[in-house]
Amino acid sequence: MPAEFPYEHKYLRAKKKFPHVWCPGCGIGIVMGSIIRAVDSLGWSKNEVMVVSGIGCTSRMPVYLDFNTLHTMHGRALAFATGIKLANPELRIIAVMGDGDALAIGGNHIIHSARRNIDITAVIVNNYNYGMTGGQHSPTTPLEKITKTSPYGMVEPEFDICELLKAAGSVFVARGTVYHVIELDGLIRKALEKKGFSVVEAISPCPTNYGRDNRLGDAVRMMESLRDDSVNVAQAARMKPEELAGKIVRGVLADREAPEYTDLYLELCRRVRSSGEVGE
Amino acid sequence: MTVPWGETRLVQGNEAVALGALASGVRFFGGYPITPSTEIAEILARELPRLGGVFIQMEDEIASISAVMGASLAGAKSMTATSGPGFSLMQEGLGFGCIAEIPFVLVDVMRAGPSTGLPTQVSQGDVMQARWGTHGDHPAVVLAPATVRECFDLTIRAFNLSETFRTPVILLSDEVIGHMRERVTFPRREEVEVIERPVPETPKEWYEHYHPTASNVSPMACYGSGYRFHVTGLTHDRQGFPTRRRDEVNEMMERLKHKVARRLDELVEVKMHDVEHSRVVIFAYGSVVRSAKAAQVMLEKKHRRVGVFRPVTLWPFPDREVKQHLDEKDVIIVPELNQGQLIHEVERLTSDTVRVIPVQRVDGYEITPDEIVAAAMEVM
Repeated sequence: MPAEFPYEHKYLRAKKKFPHVWCPGCGIGIVMGSIIRAVDSLGWSKNEVMVVSGIGCTSRMPVYLDFNTLHTMHGRALAFATGIKLANPELRIIAVMGDGDALAIGGNHIIHSARRNIDITAVIVNNYNYGMTGGQHSPTTPLEKITKTSPYGMVEPEFDICELLKAAGSVFVARGTVYHVIELDGLIRKALEKKGFSVVEAISPCPTNYGRDNRLGDAVRMMESLRDDSVNVAQAARMKPEELAGKIVRGVLADREAPEYTDLYLELCRRVRSSGEVGE
Repeated sequence: MTVPWGETRLVQGNEAVALGALASGVRFFGGYPITPSTEIAEILARELPRLGGVFIQMEDEIASISAVMGASLAGAKSMTATSGPGFSLMQEGLGFGCIAEIPFVLVDVMRAGPSTGLPTQVSQGDVMQARWGTHGDHPAVVLAPATVRECFDLTIRAFNLSETFRTPVILLSDEVIGHMRERVTFPRREEVEVIERPVPETPKEWYEHYHPTASNVSPMACYGSGYRFHVTGLTHDRQGFPTRRRDEVNEMMERLKHKVARRLDELVEVKMHDVEHSRVVIFAYGSVVRSAKAAQVMLEKKHRRVGVFRPVTLWPFPDREVKQHLDEKDVIIVPELNQGQLIHEVERLTSDTVRVIPVQRVDGYEITPDEIVAAAMEVM
């Protein structure tokens, strides 16, 4: 329904050769749509938006977007983004990563980005596996689930992305799914508006690998599961712990204030320059 | 600490690197502490905020080189400094810098390896890593200082080359040069040329981040300038979009090769001391040059004439200069603080009639002039 998506000529690259790389039934394109709508709703110009990614299915997103875009090395999106933000604090930086990219190989960078509280929005598409390499287990693969590298069932416990990043110091943490698109648009918009290190986890189906390996049904069935197996924070607050078991909790999970790193650094520069102070 | 233009000072090698970076207009340093390079970070941590520049200590060396490349893409002259183990961690990033054509300077103050090795002691074990450490075919530009003054000069040259050629440039220092203090007379400011990267003049809708040019180097827009472009580590077309089309793949790979291989005159620098009239020549680089030159003087007193040939640019290797000046010699002595790295390049370029003799040490100590003299006396 093109009429409901009036942004494609404005925000997608005219010169880029489509089609995209994502499989039928993949949710990454939906997350891309949410990012576009969130940016559009804020009225930001394309020149001030910078999208940085690592490696993987999700990290292919920037090439389609008519912003400043950078597709880096596996796991390193946030480290590149840190350099860009400090060199040009005017840029509004969105780092898009998959679960493996952000939390396995990039785990060090994400906790330190959260600790520094640098003004970057991390959008993590969580499909519970490494899709691009054919469906291996990731740090978010739940216990006992089958992947190509856990053929007898996953024996490692998983990370809860949102809990991890709350603990590491993120000032804004939210979770959405690609089924609840309007909600996801809003969560990403709130994250973009938040000064500091903000995180949105977007749960997305991978019917080609994770879904097939665990007999979760086709793409439509997997989308229905996101609807049936998730609750928003208001609903969750009314539920008992045993009712919440196995449910995805959607919504804003942390929202607090803390000084932002780039601001603090620029303030330090101003102080040192005006006082002529020389550090030890 | 500002650059003491035109003055004479007692300066440490790493300090001279930091001063060279400041003289070049460095505005971003991302690094991680590692001996024996740390003084460079410490000085820039103090100086960059005073200039409105950025110093950041990242969580590891992979993050450091990544942040440096991000900053360079956003328009800042950027650098990092490290040593062996950190240099190993930076190798993937170095390849990204080569394929994405991102200018920055990487200083490797070499210490003895492999692995943690001898962290406070000298080696020249990273010469081949500097050339081939990252995977795939790629250009490499590597400079090796032998004096503290050269730490200053070659850091400036490294920045100039990296901005001119749009590629990472490695300053391959070592623990002895890095930690040595010697008297340095700094040039006057007007004697130093500082080159800024070429920026595009094309209208934004016509801009190609990798436009083919006669020099094989395309003018480079930075993020936030209004030019919107894509950068990837994937093999890409002229616009920076991923491609597997053979013609586009070959064009990119050829361009990366030729931008260095066809401009050797601007890159390759060698220094020769009495090479022309000597039958025996010492081939030395980095801190070993000092022992080589001392040996030359000691041998002269024994009425033995030897020349000293030193590549200042290690990569691209000075093939033409070695062939031209060393192929007719009787003996070439190659002292190296490794188990044999550049000696194989010398052997490759000289005839079988030329004896190439190694003098090697890997115990963390300098090769002494006496050792080189002894090697020379055996053949003279």
